[in-house]
Amino acid sequence: MTTAPSPTEVEPDPAGAPTGARRSRPADDGDAAGLGRWRATGFVAPALLVIAVFLVFPAIWTLYLGLTNWRLTGLAAAEPEFVGAENYTDALSDPAFRNSLVLTLAFVFFSAIIGQSMLGFALAWTARRLRPAVRSVLETVVLLAWIIPASVVAFLWLALLDRREGTLNALLGTDGTAWLLEYPMQSIIVFNIWNGTAFSMLLFSSALASVPPSQFETAKMAGAGTFATLRDVVLPNIRGHILTNTLLITLWTFNVFAPYLITAGGPQGRTEILGVYIYRVALRDGALGQGAALSLIMIIINLVVASVYLRLLRERRS
Amino acid sequence: MTVRAALGVVGRYVFAGFVFVFFALPLLWLLSAPFDAAPSVQVSLPDFTLENFRTLWDNPYAMRSLGNSVIIAAGTMAITLVLAALASYALSRVRIPGRDTLLYLLLLLSSIVTGTAAMVPTFLLMTELGLIDRQLGVVLVLTGGLLPTAIFILKDFMDSTPRSYEESARVFGASSLQILRHVVVPIARPGLATIAVWAVVQVWGNFLVPFILLRSPDQQPAAVVMFTFYTEGGQPNLALISTFSLLFSIPVVLMYLFVNRRYGFRFHGGIKR
Repeated sequence: MTTAPSPTEVEPDPAGAPTGARRSRPADDGDAAGLGRWRATGFVAPALLVIAVFLVFPAIWTLYLGLTNWRLTGLAAAEPEFVGAENYTDALSDPAFRNSLVLTLAFVFFSAIIGQSMLGFALAWTARRLRPAVRSVLETVVLLAWIIPASVVAFLWLALLDRREGTLNALLGTDGTAWLLEYPMQSIIVFNIWNGTAFSMLLFSSALASVPPSQFETAKMAGAGTFATLRDVVLPNIRGHILTNTLLITLWTFNVFAPYLITAGGPQGRTEILGVYIYRVALRDGALGQGAALSLIMIIINLVVASVYLRLLRERRS
Repeated sequence: MTVRAALGVVGRYVFAGFVFVFFALPLLWLLSAPFDAAPSVQVSLPDFTLENFRTLWDNPYAMRSLGNSVIIAAGTMAITLVLAALASYALSRVRIPGRDTLLYLLLLLSSIVTGTAAMVPTFLLMTELGLIDRQLGVVLVLTGGLLPTAIFILKDFMDSTPRSYEESARVFGASSLQILRHVVVPIARPGLATIAVWAVVQVWGNFLVPFILLRSPDQQPAAVVMFTFYTEGGQPNLALISTFSLLFSIPVVLMYLFVNRRYGFRFHGGIKR
């Protein structure tokens, strides 16, 4: 199984001719059930309606909302006014926003691109040559960290890092260290590595399984060490997987909200990554217009990363 | 065995040991505290009891919230499954104009309009529609987010099912919906089961959407109520939190293991985003 695992890997049939190029009767398109175009449209319509109202419309509406001073309560809640680009200029000049952007970049870089990728690859690489029982125990525990609901794992980490009775302080003998106050950013970065490494591990496991064994044999016969094998045999084979992994975990980590459950953005905004910042501005402080402007900025950043990913995917497939 | 190879083996197992401890350490509490007569936040060998589960059972919010999680997850799963099955079947069998572009756009949309990025417009939309504090609102928003991926995966399944049965059914005068129900659905069952489990796992742990859209505790699912248990003022009730955490986690872990065994890796990435 060489395909990367994400559902987003499933791609519209690239072999299909450009739309409209085949204007033959439906029966020639494999329409065995005799649906016909109209009935087929009827089948697709309900799904498209739900997607349009609850996914597409909010995204487009953000364009307008971000230009108003809409608020949760008060006068501007009843009659929001058009304020133009004010929300955007406010956001860009607000130190809290810039702080949040820098924190988000650090969060994505250290927890996803460095942490999850490296640890995930190291795990996949090591696990291949462990005893099957050991391997399966190790993989299960990594997977559990990934699939247990966020509000549960958040409390597990609060318990682990607790100042007075936490297990970590007891083990390290660092009694009274308030990890979440003294090292808040480091804590949520380590938490996110713990939480998300499973995906990279799984992806790289399948990537490594797709490297032809004969190439490993050749490397071994030539007396190549681990480093040389990684560089000359593994890397050229899994380059596409590395790119896929990096882009996907970047996109996901950028949109993560779970750290809110641990630190709620504190202390003093020191863990206020973008999602948490938007939540505070828009839904806690009630500045919905400004929050919408921030939402749009976030959607556009998502769009850039996702477009790069999809473009690469298309090129590789065709 | 050379010295170097021996060192390699030792190195591998030492690394595996460290990683195991790193991942297992936070999880241990989930195994020890629920069965401890006097649970603390520290991991310790439990003074065994099942009394904590009585505390959980007697808490009206905890049990109701688990019920709410079931309602929201089942509702989202059902709507997603029906709409995605209809859409993916039609898209698989008929070349609707602009199909490939449509699929491509859906793929793009589902990955950029995330719950976090779109929380403000989603909240406002639901306010305008009068769906705040109603579980239906949460179900619809979650369904909208899951549908594109569900259609994608299902279209793949539909493409690979044989068409000859449909032709025979048609010869015998079955309507399109009948063919879908009695011919296509049974053949595509593995794909439908996959989507069903995937949807439930996605929704079960989702925190942000119900957190934003639901106000009253008797509407909120377990993910949100769990959070209020440990953030509300005062001493957190660890007997309650630990047992609740365990009970809340077990269903997704079981489903995951089930899917993992049946479908293997192809499915891993899709199950959680």
